[in-house]
Amino acid sequence: MSALQLIQSVIGHGAVVVGVLLFCIAAIGLLRFRDPYSRLAATTKSGTLGVCLVLLGVLVLEPSWSHALILLLAVALQIMTAPVGGFALGRAAFRSDAPMPDRILFDELHEHLAQEKAAEQARAERDAGRDAERSTAPRADA
Amino acid sequence: MIAVPVIIDVALVVLALTLLPAAWRVATGPTEADRAIGADHAFFVFVAVVALLAVRIQRFEMLDVVVIGTLVGFLSAVFLARYISRSRR
Repeated sequence: MSALQLIQSVIGHGAVVVGVLLFCIAAIGLLRFRDPYSRLAATTKSGTLGVCLVLLGVLVLEPSWSHALILLLAVALQIMTAPVGGFALGRAAFRSDAPMPDRILFDELHEHLAQEKAAEQARAERDAGRDAERSTAPRADA
Repeated sequence: MIAVPVIIDVALVVLALTLLPAAWRVATGPTEADRAIGADHAFFVFVAVVALLAVRIQRFEMLDVVVIGTLVGFLSAVFLARYISRSRR
């Protein structure tokens, strides 16, 4: 084995091993964190970086132009789409009233949503009252 | 090109083991969001496993599955998010 092949093997296998360790960290976070938002952070961050490192490690281990095309496309797609998916999941967790962390200090979005809901309810009641007046008025004339 | 050493095998086994916490989280997540997060992690692991398996058995047609898996994983995350928020935007 020449020196170049040795360097190639070390870099490729090193990237694969680091990527797999990141997956392990994500799995431990999935088990041990206490609220969905922390679990989502563990999964999305280390999942994204872990997939990218494993794919780049495969590319270093088996270098060719066709593999480079496919794997770099996959890495670019993963970097672009995985945070978006994680953000969508976090937003959905918030909207489905997942429990917030215990030690949270500021929760401005919940306050804002409560205000918005109250304003909408007041507007709906006012509209309902006006509709009721309008529907009863002709009947009173008749 | 390079002799496939035992590192790839060990990496595949470890990745399979990281699927167990994801399965446990999907089965017993307190909220629906936790189940969706476990499924998301399982998709990431699937993509990595397919790439490593292509190296292990030297069948590089499987690398196409990696691209498809990336896209399907993103779509599944977005639609799971839509599902658990139930059109409450």
